[in-house]
Formats: sequence, C-alpha cells, structure tokens
Amino acid sequence: MTTVRTVLTIAALTLREASRRRVLLALAVLTVVLLALSGWGFSRLATESGGSALTSGEARLTASILLNLVMFGFSLIAALGTAFLAGPTLSGETESGIALAVLARPIRRSAFLLGKWLGLVVFGSGFVVLAGLTQCLVVRWTVDYWPPDLAGALALLAAQTTVLLTLAVLLSTAISPMASGVVAVGLFGTTWVAGVVGGLGESLGNDAVARVGTVSQMLLPTDGLWQGAMHAFQDPSVFVTFGGDDVAAFPFLSEAPLTASYLAWVAVWVAMVWGLAAASFLRKDL
Amino acid sequence: MTGSTAVGNAALREAAHLFAGVPPAPAVWCSGLRKRYGQRSAVSDVSLEVGRGEIVGLLGPNGAGKTTVIKMLLGLVHPDAGEVMLLGRPAADPAARARVGYLPELFRYQPWLSAAEVLALHVRLAAADISVGEQRDCLSLVGLAERAGDRVDGFSKGMQQRLGLAVALVARPELVVLDEPTSALDPLGRADVRDIVLAMRSRGVAVLLNSHLIGEVERVCDRVVILDSGGVAASGTLLELLGQRQVRLQLSDISPAAEARLAATGDVKRASDWFTVAVPADDAGTAVPDVVRDLVTMGARVHAVEPARISLEERLLGILRAGSATRSGEEL
Repeated sequence: MTTVRTVLTIAALTLREASRRRVLLALAVLTVVLLALSGWGFSRLATESGGSALTSGEARLTASILLNLVMFGFSLIAALGTAFLAGPTLSGETESGIALAVLARPIRRSAFLLGKWLGLVVFGSGFVVLAGLTQCLVVRWTVDYWPPDLAGALALLAAQTTVLLTLAVLLSTAISPMASGVVAVGLFGTTWVAGVVGGLGESLGNDAVARVGTVSQMLLPTDGLWQGAMHAFQDPSVFVTFGGDDVAAFPFLSEAPLTASYLAWVAVWVAMVWGLAAASFLRKDL
Repeated sequence: MTGSTAVGNAALREAAHLFAGVPPAPAVWCSGLRKRYGQRSAVSDVSLEVGRGEIVGLLGPNGAGKTTVIKMLLGLVHPDAGEVMLLGRPAADPAARARVGYLPELFRYQPWLSAAEVLALHVRLAAADISVGEQRDCLSLVGLAERAGDRVDGFSKGMQQRLGLAVALVARPELVVLDEPTSALDPLGRADVRDIVLAMRSRGVAVLLNSHLIGEVERVCDRVVILDSGGVAASGTLLELLGQRQVRLQLSDISPAAEARLAATGDVKRASDWFTVAVPADDAGTAVPDVVRDLVTMGARVHAVEPARISLEERLLGILRAGSATRSGEEL
C-alpha cells in the first residue's frame, strides 16, 4: 500500500514538474502550430479533390499519407518532449542533489523509479493521444476522412512514446541528463531511418537490406510500433491506389498490421529495459 | 474462550513487563562500515552509535569520509561491508527511515514547488499524519513562514538550507541527521539552528551533526566522533575527549627539582614564566593542591594558579596531526 502511495505521489510530482517547467505549454504551442498547418494543408486538399483534380481513391491515399506525416510530427514532438524530460527528472535530480532528501524517506528506489516512469508514460501518452485525436477531428472536418482503427493507432503511438521514454529512463540512470536525451532521440531517429531503408530493401527484394529494418525494429521497437500505427491510420484502399509492394518503399505508408507476437515482444522489451533501469538505479551511489 | 483471552492478556502483560526494563535500541548503530571508490578507500571500518535523545557531532577534515558515512547510514550509498541499524531496525528496510529527518550537505529542493508544497511532499513520502497547521509551524520555526507560498527557485541559498531544515523536522522525527546544516547561514541563522538542535534534544530527538564549525559542535553535542582518512580517529563524550584538565601556573625561582615535580604530575608546556600542566584524568581533586604545596616547599614562588581546559579545536588538531604523523611514519 505504501509502495502504491509512493508510486502515485512521484508520478503526480513528475506530471506537476512537466506542467510547472512549461513543458506542457511548449508542447501545446507546437501542437497548435502543427494542427493549424495541417488544417490548412488538408483544406487545400479538399479544394483540389472538390474540383475533380483527384479521384476519391487518390484523395483517400493523399489524406492517409498526409495524416501519417503529421502524426509522425506529433510522435517526434512526444519523443523529444519525453526524452528530454526523462533526463532532467531522474539523472538531473540525482546530480543536483534533489534526490538525496527524497530517497532518504522511507521509500524504495524501485517505487521512486516506477513513479517517475509512470508520470512520464501518462504525460507522453496523454499528449500523443490528445494531439492525435484532435488531428483526426481536423482531418474529418476538412476532407471527411476517418482512420479505420483510430483507437488502435493512438494506442500504438502511446506505446511508441512509452518505449522511447523507457529507454531514456534507462540511459538517465547511467549518463548525464543531456546525454541521455540526445542518445534517446538519436536512437529514435536512427531506428526510423533503418525502418525506411528496410522498407526499400523489401520493395527491391533485397533481403539483406530488408533485414536492417527488421533487426532495428527488434532492438528498439519505436519504428515497429510506428509502422503499426501508420497502418491503423491509413485507408485500406491505399494498396490498390499506390500499387502493391511499392507501399513498403514509401516512408509514410505501412504495408501490414503488427502481429500479436511483435506486440508481446514490445511488452517484454519494455519490462526488460525497465528492469535494467531499476537494477542500475538501485545500485547507484548518490 | 474467556479463559484463553485471560491467559493471552496475562502473557501480554508479562511480556510488556519484561520489555519495560529493556532500553530502546540506539537511534543509530553501525559496525564495520567500509566503502571503496575504485582504488581509493573512502571509509574503512567505521563503527559508531547515537543514543536516543543524544546529540553526536561528526568531525574531521575534508575527505575524512563524514558525508559518505552519513549517506551509508541513510541507504544513499551502498557500503561494501558493515551493518547499519536505525531506530532498532536494519537500515536495508526503507521503513527504518520512517522517523528519520535528513538535511543533506548538498541541499536542493524541487525548484518548481513552493516551500509549503515541498513540505507536503515529504510528509506524504514519510506517510506521516501531519496537519497543514503543523507543517506551517515547521516553516515558522526556520523563519520561512512568510515565504511558504513562494517557489523554491526564488530562494537564496540560506533560505534553501532553512527549508532543508524544515524538511528534516517536519515528519516528527526521532532521529535527525544534519550534514553541514549552517554552511549557507549567517550568524543569526547559525544561532537559530543551535537553538533548534538543543530544543530537539529536550524533546528526546537524537541528532547526528556533521559540521566544520567546531565551536558549534562543542556547544551542542553530548558526544563527538572524529573521523580521519576514513576511520574513527577518536570518539567519546566531550568530557572524555577534553577531560584532560589542565592547570596554568605562573612561577618564578623555579629549580630543576621543582620542574621535575611539575613533570611528574603530567605533560608540561612552558611559555615564559607560565607553565601549563595536564592533570591526570583519575585525579580526585588533590593533584593541584599537592603540586602547589610541593613547589612552595621546593622554593618556587607561585604567582598565579588558574584552571585551563583545551578546546575541542586543539584536541581535534592534536588527534589529526598525531594520525598524520603515524601514517607518515608507516609509509617511511
């Protein structure tokens, strides 16, 4: 009971920190800018397709690509926000001495770490779900497109954020706050590029190149989850319109939904990396 | 049913009677603490005890291992060897710290919270039932009542250290560990801290005080533990450490025999016609009158006799220099 209380107290403290440090405000401003830009872009698309320049299939394909592109922007904002919040909130507190008084209280370090992680998960996931939902409402209002599996897509985006921040938490138990943010975001970008390269390899029938994407999606599942989210956002007719295997080569369309075994691997990955973070933090001399 | 309850109550009473005479476990007990950072030994075989309601000062030069010992007591640094008990419970169990307050040497508190919010956070983490009024009183005690609603990032260092003291005191602790509690305070603040520490002793709260200000330690502490190069160089009550009473005598016409008589009493230091003589620890009050009588008999003229007592600072320096000389000798 005391551990649950500690976890919830630290999670609430982490959320309050995000709010007081104006991370929320910064994210809200960036989100509004992105929503406004995408709203304008989609309204232009509506104008073009209304003038019969695009067929309904082409309009759906374009809406799917644009929606995935904007969602990638949101996932990038969430990645940057949570990765750079995870560093200061954990290793920053350890370095500055804030953690000394807190951890001298009758609390377990694992409960403290779980509280921090939970607060970051709620913050990051809450952001992508809210921003993603708002974006979909904008798309519906402008071009009358609604993703086939919105709940699944948003859940996968939230999972992607969770994976990245879990990595950032692990890094922040070992290296400096800034370095942990930079490394986490760098790995996020690298995995995305590896995913694009893998998609190209798949499209070209080159197994060795295709394996680059598969391996990177196993090592850091952010891109794998992103591929699943894109698939849930995009209209099923895009395969016909875009033309079969070429979908794999395009970075803002996804060929197939995620398998249950991959989702299970993601859960294992998160548990494993969190366990490593806890082991590292428990051994740390403050 | 009633019979078994009566037997149970009788057994409980008997157990309570048996335990009534057992003194409570010390506030702090540690034995054989060791810590290495790479090749460097930071703490080697430190054992110490802080009794309930006792104020113990931790003294030593920079790098002696004082803060590392404190952090090991509180579970912030993992010892390589040794045992720690806090308030009768093994320190490995976080619950042992339920009634422990701590002001770290590096005092930093969440800059995005107000002073009152920092206290509320620590009350919640300590799972203590402390009313908002009592928390406010705690801020008043350290002189921050007017700043309760202000964010910590607007506080000066001194104010943050005062807040740290309030954090250490807020959850009705039975043991308070203060690591350099006055390093950022002005003389008025230092006097406040001294009063607060003395008030804690009167309430039966044990205090482990690490301070470079020897005068501060000498004024408030019941016992002192002196650390040097990671080990305990000396420990004891102030009387034990400073108990080597001295007497200062102003003498003239002193013969070699009279000087030998002085030396037979204890260590003698001479400055002009002033002789400082160490009085034996087991003296029953006769050593000084006896030596004065003998000196007069030997023809010495006694102009003044006054008691003297070495300061804790002198004693500390003596212990540290002796330790340093021993180590140099061993290296040679």
